Amino acid sequence: MSTLNPTPTQVRTGTRRASRRRTSVNIPVTLLIAVLSLTILIPLYFTIVTALKSSDQLGGNGLALPTSIHWENFSNAWQLTNFPHALLISGIVTVAAVILTILTNSLVAYAIARNMHRPFFKALYYFFIAALFVPFPIIMLPVTKEMAVLGLDNPVGLFLLYTVYGLSFNIFVYTAFIKSIPAELEEAAIMDGASVWTTYRKVIFPILTPINATVGILTCLWAWNDFLLPLVILSDPNTRTLPLVQYVFQGQFNTDYATAFASYLMAMAPLLLIYLFAQRWVISGVMRGSIK
Amino acid sequence: MSISSAKALRPRTSAGLQRRKPSRVNKTFYWMVIPALVLFVILHTIPTLTGMFFSFTNYAGYGEWNFVGIHNYVNLFKDDRILASYGFTFIFAITTTIVVNVGALFIAILLNSKIKYQTAFRGIFFIPNILSVLIVGYVFNYLLSNNLPLIGQALGIKWLSTSILANPDLAWLGIVGVTAWQSIAFSVIIYLAGLQTVPGELYEAASLDGASPWRQFWSITFPLISGFFTINMVLALKGLLQAFDQIVALTNGGPGTSTESVSMVIYRGGFQGGEYGYQMANSVVYLVVIVVLSLLQLRVLSRKEADFS
Repeated sequence: MSTLNPTPTQVRTGTRRASRRRTSVNIPVTLLIAVLSLTILIPLYFTIVTALKSSDQLGGNGLALPTSIHWENFSNAWQLTNFPHALLISGIVTVAAVILTILTNSLVAYAIARNMHRPFFKALYYFFIAALFVPFPIIMLPVTKEMAVLGLDNPVGLFLLYTVYGLSFNIFVYTAFIKSIPAELEEAAIMDGASVWTTYRKVIFPILTPINATVGILTCLWAWNDFLLPLVILSDPNTRTLPLVQYVFQGQFNTDYATAFASYLMAMAPLLLIYLFAQRWVISGVMRGSIK
Repeated sequence: MSISSAKALRPRTSAGLQRRKPSRVNKTFYWMVIPALVLFVILHTIPTLTGMFFSFTNYAGYGEWNFVGIHNYVNLFKDDRILASYGFTFIFAITTTIVVNVGALFIAILLNSKIKYQTAFRGIFFIPNILSVLIVGYVFNYLLSNNLPLIGQALGIKWLSTSILANPDLAWLGIVGVTAWQSIAFSVIIYLAGLQTVPGELYEAASLDGASPWRQFWSITFPLISGFFTINMVLALKGLLQAFDQIVALTNGGPGTSTESVSMVIYRGGFQGGEYGYQMANSVVYLVVIVVLSLLQLRVLSRKEADFS
C-alpha cells in the first residue's frame, strides 16, 4: 500500500535533507512534543503490560513490567470470546462495507456532480447532505424494527447500512473532487464512442483513486470500530462484531482484568498492525479529505 | 479560481453530452442514482419519518397504540431525567469541543514546526483515532478507577484519592478527558492540513518585522486557517452531542444517572423501558437541537471568518 507513490516519498526525503541543512531543528519543541506523545504512548504501554500479567501482578501504579509473562491470558480471551469468529464477522462487515461504499458512492457522486445544473440532481445533492444533520438515535429505534422485518438484522444488513449511511458524507467529498476533473477527458472518451458507464469505469474511476483511498480509510475505521449500530441491528449472538464482544463479555471480565486486556488488545491489533505499516498513507488520505 | 473554472466547464459538458445522445445519456445518469436513492429512502428517510409519526403516539414498541397529540412533548419538559440528560450532554459536549480544539490546534502547530522525527510523531498522535471508542473507554475505566486513585493518594490530593468515575460530581470530567484524548487525533490532522496551506514566506516577513510568535499566530495563522477551525468546531460539537460508546464503557450513565447522555436515555427508554413513542418525541427534540446548534455555530463562526480576512 505504501508503495503506491514512491516518488513523493523520495522527493520528500530529499527536500527534508536539504531544508535541514538550511534551518536547524527546533530542539525544545521536539522535546515538548516528545513529552506530549507520552500521553498517547503510556496508555498503550499500560494496555500491553496489563495483558501480559497475572491477576496478582496487577496493582501498584500498573506501569511496572510483568515479572513473568502470561501468554495464557491471550488463549483464555481467545476461547472465552471465540475471537476468531468475531474477527471473521468484523472482517467481512468491514471489507464489504469498504468495497461497496467505494464502488457505489463514487458512482452516485459522479452522476450528481456532472448534472448539478439539473434541478433533480441538485435536490438530490442537498437531500443527502441534509441527512448529515440527522442524529443516529432518532433513526435507531425505527430502523431496528425495519431491519428485523426485512430479515436484515444480520451482518449483511449491517454493511448495507454502512454503505447507505455513508452516502451523505462521501457524496460531499467525492463531488468536490469530481468537479475539479476537467470535462475534456470525458468528452474525448464520449467522442470515441464510449458510453457513460464505460467513461465512468475507464476514465473517472481511475482518476478517483486518491479520494477512493480517503473514503475507504474513513469507512474502514467507522465499520471496524462502530458499536451502537451492531448493538441494535445484530439479533443473533453468533454474529457479534469485535467491539460488541467486548461489551457482552464485560460482565465475565470484571473479575479477571488481565484476560480482559488481552481481549481488548487482540480486538485492536489488526488495525494497529495495518496502521503501523501504512501510517503515512493513512494520514495523507485523511488530510486529503479535509482539504476539499 | 477552481470554482469559477468548474462553473465554466460544467455547461459545456452537458451541452456536449446532450447534443450527441440526448435521452440515453440522461437515463444512464438516472440509473446511477435511483437505486441509491431508493435504498436511502427506505433505510434512512422512512425510519426518520416513522419515528416522527410515533412521537405523537403512546406506542410502547409492541402491542396497540393510540394517538396522544403533543402529550409526549409536554411530558418531556416535566421529566427530570430527560432535562438532566440534556444538561449533562450540553456541558459535556461544549467543554470537550473547546478542550479538543485548543489541544489539537496546539499540537498541530508543534507538529508543523521544524522538529525531528516529524512523521513518526504525527503517526503517534493519530493512533487514538484508529481505536474503538468503546475499548478505549474500557481501558481508561480501569486506569481511572485503579491507578489514578493510587497516584492521588501518593500525592495527597483528596479528590483524586478515590475513583473519579464513582464520584457523581467529577465523573463527567473523566468522560471529557477520555473523549478528548481520542478526539484530538482527528482534529490534529485537519489542523495540520490547514497549516500546510499557510505560505511560509508570511512568517519570514513577520519575523523580519519583529512580530512575536504569539502575534504571528493571531495575525497570520489563525485568520488563514479559520475555515478549518469552523469545520472542526461544527464536526466536534455535532459528534459529541451524540456521545454514547465512551459513556457506556466509562460510567454506564452512573453514578446514579448523573452521566446519562441523551443518546443513552433514548436507547434505554426505547429498547428496554417500553417508551418507544415517548423516546421518539425526545429524538425529535434532539434533532431540532442539533440542527439549530449546528446552523448557529456555522453562522457565528463563518461571520468571524469573514471579519478576519
